[in-house]
This record gives sequence, C-alpha cells and structure tokens, in this order.
Amino acid sequence: MIELKFHISGGDFDTAGTASSETKKILKQLNIDSKVIKRTVVALYEGEVNIAAHAWKGEVAVTVKDHQIVALLKDEGPGIADINMAMLEGFSTASPKVREMGFGAGMGLPNMKKNADLLEVESTPGVGTTVRMSFDF
Amino acid sequence: MVQSIFHHAIQIDEDKCVGCIHCMRVCPTEAIRIKKGKAVITQERCIDCGQCMRACPAKAFYIKQNDLKMLQDFQYRVALFPAVMVGQFPDNISDDMIYQAMTDLGFTHLMEVEQPIRLLIDLTKEYLGKEEISKPCISAFCPAVVRLIQVKYPTLTDNILRVKAPHELAAHFIRQTLMNQGIPKEKIGIFYITPCAAKIAAVKSPIDDMPSVVDGIISMSDFYSKVRQSIRREVTIDTKDQRENLTREGILWSTSRGESSRFGNRAIAIDGIHSVVKFLDRLENDEVRGFDFLEMRACDQSCAGGILLTGNRFTTTERLEQRSAKYPGFTEKALPTGLDEEALTSCLKIDEIESHNVFKLDDDITRAMEKVSKAQRIICFLPGIDCGACGAPNCQALAEDMVQGNAKMSDCVFLQQRWQNEHKIESGKAFRNIEKRWGAGRFNADCNKRGRRNEGF
Repeated sequence: MIELKFHISGGDFDTAGTASSETKKILKQLNIDSKVIKRTVVALYEGEVNIAAHAWKGEVAVTVKDHQIVALLKDEGPGIADINMAMLEGFSTASPKVREMGFGAGMGLPNMKKNADLLEVESTPGVGTTVRMSFDF
Repeated sequence: MVQSIFHHAIQIDEDKCVGCIHCMRVCPTEAIRIKKGKAVITQERCIDCGQCMRACPAKAFYIKQNDLKMLQDFQYRVALFPAVMVGQFPDNISDDMIYQAMTDLGFTHLMEVEQPIRLLIDLTKEYLGKEEISKPCISAFCPAVVRLIQVKYPTLTDNILRVKAPHELAAHFIRQTLMNQGIPKEKIGIFYITPCAAKIAAVKSPIDDMPSVVDGIISMSDFYSKVRQSIRREVTIDTKDQRENLTREGILWSTSRGESSRFGNRAIAIDGIHSVVKFLDRLENDEVRGFDFLEMRACDQSCAGGILLTGNRFTTTERLEQRSAKYPGFTEKALPTGLDEEALTSCLKIDEIESHNVFKLDDDITRAMEKVSKAQRIICFLPGIDCGACGAPNCQALAEDMVQGNAKMSDCVFLQQRWQNEHKIESGKAFRNIEKRWGAGRFNADCNKRGRRNEGF
C-alpha cells in the first residue's frame, strides 16, 4: 500500500496542484493505465482547488492498494449547505474574488463526480467538508 | 518493446567527457547518469532535445551524421534545409550568395523545407475543424516535444496533431517534383540539413514507423562552416527560381509563433524544453482549459535556437523576419501545377501515436508498489541536497535507481560521511566507493586537469 499526504491552506492557489502532480508521478511509476491516471489527477486537482477556494485549511490523503486509488480530501471550512445543489453543473458559491482568479465556475464537484468511480461528500456547515473519491484500475 | 529500436542521434565521446554533472542536471527526462566518471544516456528515456549537448563544457556530445562524400552516389542531389539555415548568415551575405555556395558544394537542387507549407496549413486547419479531436491540439512540429509526450505524458498523446512536420512534406514534394520531370527515383538523393538532434531521430524513426524519406543527414553546424568557406563575393547566378514557392509564413514557420499565429482562435506558443515540461504538467492536471492549439518547441526561440545552429538565435530570428517581408503570403501563392496533392497530403497524415511509459518502476503492479514504498523509505536517509555527487541528478532519482538495483546507499557521499562518523565504514573503503563512481585517480591534484585551467569553463 502506498500512502501520500498533502496539506493545503485556504486561499493558497499557488500550492493547489501539488497533490495532483505528486500523485501523478507515483501513479506513472506504478504503471497504472494512463486513462485512470488522467481521471484521478483531474478530480484531485478540482478537489485541491475547492479547498483553496472555499476552506480555511485542508488535508489530502491518497492511498493506492488492491487495484484502487482512494483520495480523501478533508477540510475545515464553511461546509456545503446544500450538497445536492453543489453537485449541479454551474452552481457555485465562490466569492467574486475567487471568480476573478478564473475559478468558481460551478464545475468542481460535478467534474469530480464525472471522473471518479465513486464520490461521497459529507459536510457540516460551519465545520467542514470531507470528500472521498475512489478510482478503480 | 518498440522503443528499444528507436533511433537516437545524440552520442557521447568518452574520450572527451570529463565526468562533470552539467548534462545530467539539465536533462528534462533524467536520462543521464555518471558511471565510472563518464556520462551515460539511458536510451529509452532520451528524447534527443539536445539540452545535454548545449550544457556540456567539454563538447563531448556529438551527433551521428552522413558524410558529404555520399553525394557522389546520386546523380541528382537535393539539399533539404529549413529557412533558419539562411537566417544565421550575416546581413552582407545574400540569399543568392548562400545558394551559390551550396551549389558549389555539390548539390544540384536546393529546397527550403517550408516551401510547400500551404498544404500543411490546409491539412492542419481541416484536422482542427473536426469535432471528435482532443483539445487543445499540440503541434507535432518539434520531434523532441512529441517524444517527450510519448515518454512522460502518455495521457496527452491523444492531443498531438495528426499532421507530420514540414520536413516530411518537403521531402515528398521535391521527390515528386523531380520525378515529374522524368528523373528516376533511384537517381535522386535527398540530404536533410538538420538544425537539431531531435529531427535526425525523427527522420530515422518517424512517429508512425514509416521508412525514412531522406537518404542522408548532415549537421547544420558542419554544413554552415563549409558554406561560409565557399561563399563567393561576386554573385554569378540568380537563384530566385529555386525559391519560387517560398512564402512569408513558410519562412517564419520554424520561428516562435510561426504556427500558433495561424491556427485556432486561442493558441499559445511555448519555447524551451523546461517551459514545455511545466506547461504539459499543468495541461495534464486539466489546469489549463479553453485553448485550441499549442505550439511547443524544445529550443529557446524555436529552431532559430537549434543546437546545431552557429548563428545567434535572436539575430537569426530577426533576419528571417526581414526576409519574410519580401515574400508573398501563402494565400497569394498557388502551388505548382502537375503535383499530386492528394498523394502529398496522405504522406502527411499520422494514424496512431503510441506512448511508452519509461518512468514505470515495474511491469507488475505489486512489485512496482513495493519499489515505490522502498524508494520513499530510502529518501528518509538521503540529505535532499540534490548535489549529483552520487552520479544521479537528485536524491529522488538516486532512490529510484537504488530500488531498480542500479545504485547503492554508499553512492551518497553524505551518507558515507555519516557512516564514517559512526564508525560503520572504514574511510579507505568509503574513498574507494567514490573512486568507483568517478574514476580512479579522479581526486588527485592535477593542475592540467582538462577543463579546469586555461580553458575558460
């Protein structure tokens, strides 16, 4: 089993992308199918940007075992008031400041769902959000 | 495995290699290691970008090329060269003088690669108009970039433009033109004057494994010197008719923005292999969206900065810009009649581009996972200085080499130092370990050591 851990600070768009890039490098070393790598990396990057855009701080844990990649993205932040709404394409609660940076198009969670084989979102408003994604190979 | 037959153009002259780490540091695919005091290239990782050649202070890298004597084997001898060849000459040497000198060197026909660029523009536009292609489309112009994507970014192979580079088109074009004049195929010898190593590798091993379209390869740096020596101040011939198909776009094609300015609503031009690497990393994460076309070239200032160019890349670009202003645009210029455009176009199409993941640690996933875990544990013991004294480009690479059985813990000079301090290794043994890596006698005082004195490193 391989475990990778990354920390993301809220508002830090500069380091968002580190987890997906580092994970990508390891997945290539494992010779995992390139289509699976692509799906994992795209979903993971969306998740990282979500944490940077919305939360105060967060942690990304990626584990690879038994023909499955699992990514756990846990943040402390405002949480998601209505998860069903957040899963809709184009729905976004991103601040104008975040939108100015080119993010907040309301494609984050929908894109993660599209790329992951399984996506689970748990959230407590005012406390934080946990996203669990898995990718089979 | 397919990649084992891939032809590489870059070679190392062991007698000239002084065993420093300049090449190893700049290699974008970490293909170089130092073994027994000499640089060694891992063939399947090499993309022929030429960064090592540029960085080498001892000029130990060279490229395999054909001898000009080979010209004698053919009755009709074509010099196929990109416009940057002309661009590197000083202003007071005219196009006619350059063409005259090349003719004096034994060529019967001169063909600037970008002459039939119109066909390539049309075909690319047609391809970009297709609904089903992956966007952004990455140009297949620079063979080092194509190769980089194949070995390092397998998920992006779908994005590569399925249209070959101009030198392929030009070779087919000139062959067809001469055959139309009744010249038999076997009497035509086409010699490609190359601005870089990657183009040689691409000509010898095309992306789709088709046989090479040229009969010989000549290094532009050697050829430039020969042409320079043959320049006659008094121009005796008018060579304008040999450039009749040349257009403004063609002349600028191999300079930066030469392609990107022609295609798509949103197009970017990126030059320099390390900038290309950074961008591809972002593209693979899907961080960059909304672009139609990416022009990517391994050399700074594109082919004007090719490793085999003698002229300065900025002045070369400027001369090409000046020169292009004197030529018509491609839309104003019809292709010569009698050409089989359909045959030429079909030669330009690429069906499939394979990827070869050269960074995998094992074919078997369980073993690969063990190796990744082991490398992660090894990293804990390495200092993270990335000094290169172990013969690998950085600590991470050394750890990976170790799990592949290609390096040992004792290759790390700092770790050895620690072990000596803890009396775990005898100092004589530690020193012999370093000598094994860098060569016996390497650490003796020597004021005449090559590259260290009076050689202006």
